Amino acid sequence: MAESIAELIGRHPVLEGLSPEDVEQVAGCSHNIVAEMGEILFREGDPATTLYLIRRGQVSLEIHAPGREPLVIETVGDGSVVGWSWLFPPYRWTLTGRVTATLGAVAIDGSCLRGKADADRALGYVLMRRFAAIMLQRLLATRLRLLDLYGDGAGS
Amino acid sequence: MALAAEAGSEVRHPLTPLRYRVVGKRRETEDTVTLSLLPVDRPIALTRPGQFNMLTGFGVGEIAISISNDPAAEEPLEHTIRAVGAVSSALCQTPPEGVIGVRGPFGTDWGVAELSQTDTIVVAGGIGLAPLRGAIRALLERRRPSGKGHLLSVVVGARNPSQLLFEEEMLAWQRAGAHLQVTVDTARPGWSGPVGVVTDQLARVPADFSNAVALVCGPEVMIRYTARALVDLGMPRDHIRISLERNMQCGVGLCGHCQLGPWLTCRDGPVFTYDLRAEGILASPHR
Amino acid sequence: MADQFPQPGDDRGAAAGAARIVDGAGLDAVIRGLRGRGYRTVGPAVRDRAISLAEISGVADLPRGWHDSQSPGSYRLTRGTDREIFGWAVGADSVKRQLLPPREVVWRAGASDRLPREEGPAESVPLALVGVRPCEVAALRILDRVLGGGQVADPRYAARRQDLFVCTVECGSPASTCFCTSMGTGPGAESGFDLAITEILEDEEPRYLVRVGSDRGAMVLNEVESRPATPQDEAARQEVLDRAESQMGLRLVTDGLPELLERNLEHPRWDQVASRCLSCGNCTQVCPTCFCVSVEDTTDLGGTVERRRRWASCFEVGHSYIHGGPVRPTTRSRYRQWATHKLGTWHAQFGTSGCVGCGRCIAWCPVGIDLREEVSAIRAGDGLRAAGPRSGGG
Repeated sequence: MAESIAELIGRHPVLEGLSPEDVEQVAGCSHNIVAEMGEILFREGDPATTLYLIRRGQVSLEIHAPGREPLVIETVGDGSVVGWSWLFPPYRWTLTGRVTATLGAVAIDGSCLRGKADADRALGYVLMRRFAAIMLQRLLATRLRLLDLYGDGAGS
Repeated sequence: MALAAEAGSEVRHPLTPLRYRVVGKRRETEDTVTLSLLPVDRPIALTRPGQFNMLTGFGVGEIAISISNDPAAEEPLEHTIRAVGAVSSALCQTPPEGVIGVRGPFGTDWGVAELSQTDTIVVAGGIGLAPLRGAIRALLERRRPSGKGHLLSVVVGARNPSQLLFEEEMLAWQRAGAHLQVTVDTARPGWSGPVGVVTDQLARVPADFSNAVALVCGPEVMIRYTARALVDLGMPRDHIRISLERNMQCGVGLCGHCQLGPWLTCRDGPVFTYDLRAEGILASPHR
Repeated sequence: MADQFPQPGDDRGAAAGAARIVDGAGLDAVIRGLRGRGYRTVGPAVRDRAISLAEISGVADLPRGWHDSQSPGSYRLTRGTDREIFGWAVGADSVKRQLLPPREVVWRAGASDRLPREEGPAESVPLALVGVRPCEVAALRILDRVLGGGQVADPRYAARRQDLFVCTVECGSPASTCFCTSMGTGPGAESGFDLAITEILEDEEPRYLVRVGSDRGAMVLNEVESRPATPQDEAARQEVLDRAESQMGLRLVTDGLPELLERNLEHPRWDQVASRCLSCGNCTQVCPTCFCVSVEDTTDLGGTVERRRRWASCFEVGHSYIHGGPVRPTTRSRYRQWATHKLGTWHAQFGTSGCVGCGRCIAWCPVGIDLREEVSAIRAGDGLRAAGPRSGGG
C-alpha cells in the first residue's frame, strides 16, 4: 500500500484542502474498501453506519416498490460521496446502494465522525460545509429531473 | 390573372417547398424516426449541421426540423423527427417512397469548420442529439487527417435507456476517438451507465475548459443549466454555442413567430453564442 | 440596411419644382390622370361607418364633409355640411391591407403529384394610393425594411411595392389618439411620396397645395390645370401643420425607449395592463406595421393541398407555441411582447421603431388601453419590479 488512508482522504475532491489535523481526525474513523460489481453496499431500512468517499467506480441508488422492477434513481461515481443517513436519526438507509462498477472507496464510520464533529465544532462546521455543497448540487439535479425535460411535454 | 409558377421555374415564393422522396426510414426510438431524403425535382442548397429545414407533410402542415447529418459529406439529406404533434406525426408516418416538401436551409450553423483544431465538448439532451449528430460526424471526419490531439467529447442525456438516439452510432463515435458519456434520468438495474443529469457529467470531461468550445442542444432548461455549469468549470461564455427553439412558420424572418427579444430565431439563430446578453434573455421568463 | 424600394422623396432635387395649387376639380383630374395611366386608385372612403381604403374613381368618392372623433376605445364618424375632404384622422384600415393582404393562397398541389403550383397575386395592375396620411407613408417605409430589407424579401409585397404610386395628404385634423409628432412621422410629409397634398380651408371651397416628390409625380401633375403656389399659400400650409401639431394628443417620450423597456420587463405595470387587456389582437390587426402572418395548410375533399398565409397576432395564445406549450402563455407576457417589440426590440431587428404614432391601437382597443399611458407609467416607475406571486406567509 503506497498511500496512507490520510493521503487518500486529503486528495479526495470532497475533502481536498482540509487541514492535515482535520484529515487525521477523519482518517481515524476510516478504512479503505473495495467492492465488486453487483455487491449490495447497503440496503434500504438497514442501520446506516457509513459514509463512502468514492475514489473510483460507481454506486447505483435504487428504490424498490412492490409489483415493480427496482428503479435506479441516481448513480454516484468517481470523486463523489454517498450516504447521508448516518448524519441524522434514526440512522437508517433510505435507499439501496448497489455497486455497478468496481468500487474503491474510503469508508468512514458515521458514529465515530459524529462524535469527533460534536467534540470539535470547527471540524464539524468544515465537514458540514463540504457535505452541504454536495447536497445542494444533488438537490438541483433532482429538481431538474423533476421537470422530466425529455418527456412528452414540459411538465405535462 | 393567376400566374402559375411550377417547381423548377425561376421565381419561387419563399413558402414554396421542393419535393423530396423518402428513400430510407429508420426507427430510432418508440416515437422517433430518421428519414433519408432525395430530391424529386431539384435539391435545396447545402445544409450545414446546426441549420434547419422546413418540412411539409402535404395537407397537414409544416414544421422546422434541424438537419441530423452532414450533407456536405454524404448524399441523402437526413432529418430525425420525434412524433409529438400532427405534422411531426404525419412526417414520421410517411412511407418509404412517399413525398414530403422541403424548404431551406435556414439559420445559423454550429460552425464546425473552425473547430478542427479545438477541443470540442458536445452536450445533448433528448432529441437535441439529432441537430448535433451532423456536427459530431463532421468533427470526427475533419480530425482524421491530422490524427489525434484534439478532444471531441460527447455528453448525452436521455429520459431512460430506451429513449437514447443513435445508440449503435454512439459506439462508433467512441471507436473513432470521441470521449463518450451517456447519462439517463432513470433506469432499471442492468443499465451500467450513470443515472443523473448531464450537468453532473461535465466535471468528468477531460478537457481544458478555458480553451474548449461547447455545442449544446436540448430542452431550454437543460441548455441554461449546462451553460452555467460550463461557465462554472471555467469555460468563457463566448465559447459556448447553444441551439434554441421557437415557433417558426417561414424560416426567413417574414412571419414574426420566432421573436425572442432582439432576435428573430430563424434569422439570428437557431445557433447562438451564450454571451451575457443571451444569458439574460434566457433567464427572463416568457420572452 | 439599405432600402430596396424606390423612395421617391429622395430624388426630389430632380423632380421637384415649386409647389402648385389646384382646386377640387384639379384633384379630381389627378385621380383620373392616374387611372388613365393604368393605376388602380385606392383612397379614403366611408365604409361601415369608418374611413377605410377603397377603390375610388374621382373626388366624388372621397369622404367630403366627414369628420371623426376618436379617443381610447372609441371611434365615431359624423357628417357636416362643409366642403372639407380630408377632415379626419386615420380609420381602422391601413395601407398594410393593400400591400400585405389579410389572406392569400400561396400554392396548391395536386392530390397525386404533390407538385406545388404557385398562385400568383391576382392584381397585376399597379396601385396608386391617394389621400393616405404621412404616418401611413412612414408605415410603408417600415414595412419595406421588414418585408423587403432582409436576405429574403416577400416577393408579393415587393411586386406590389415596386409599382406603388403614393399621393399623400398632410394631416390637418389629428385625433386625440394621434402622436405622430412623437414618432417623427407627421403631420407633414417630407419624403416617400410621389405627390404630397395639403388641404387649405381658408375659403368656402378648399384649395390644394401640391408638392412633387418624383418624376412620375411631376408628370401626373403637369397634366392638371394648376397655378404656382404663392408665399401666402406656403404660409397657409404651414398654418395647417402648426395647427395640427398643436392639436396632437398625449406625447410618447421616445428618449432611450428600447433601453427603458428592456430594463423594465418585470415592471408591475405589465400586470396592471394585463388585467385590462382582453388579448383580442385588435391592436395588431389595425397597426399598419404589425406584419406577423401564419402559414396554414389544408386539404380539400378531392385531395388538393393548399397553403395559405394569413394575418396573425402575437396576442394569439398559439402564436409562440413550441412542443410543450406556448412560450408566452399569459396576457401579461403577450402584451409585453407586443409593446416591447413595437417600441424596443424592433430597433435591433430592423433598425427603426415599429411605431408610427397613428394611434389606431388606442382607438380600436375595446377597453381603451393607451400605449402612451403605458409607456409613461413605466417611465415614471423606472426600475420598479413586480412583487411576484403572493407567497403564503414565511
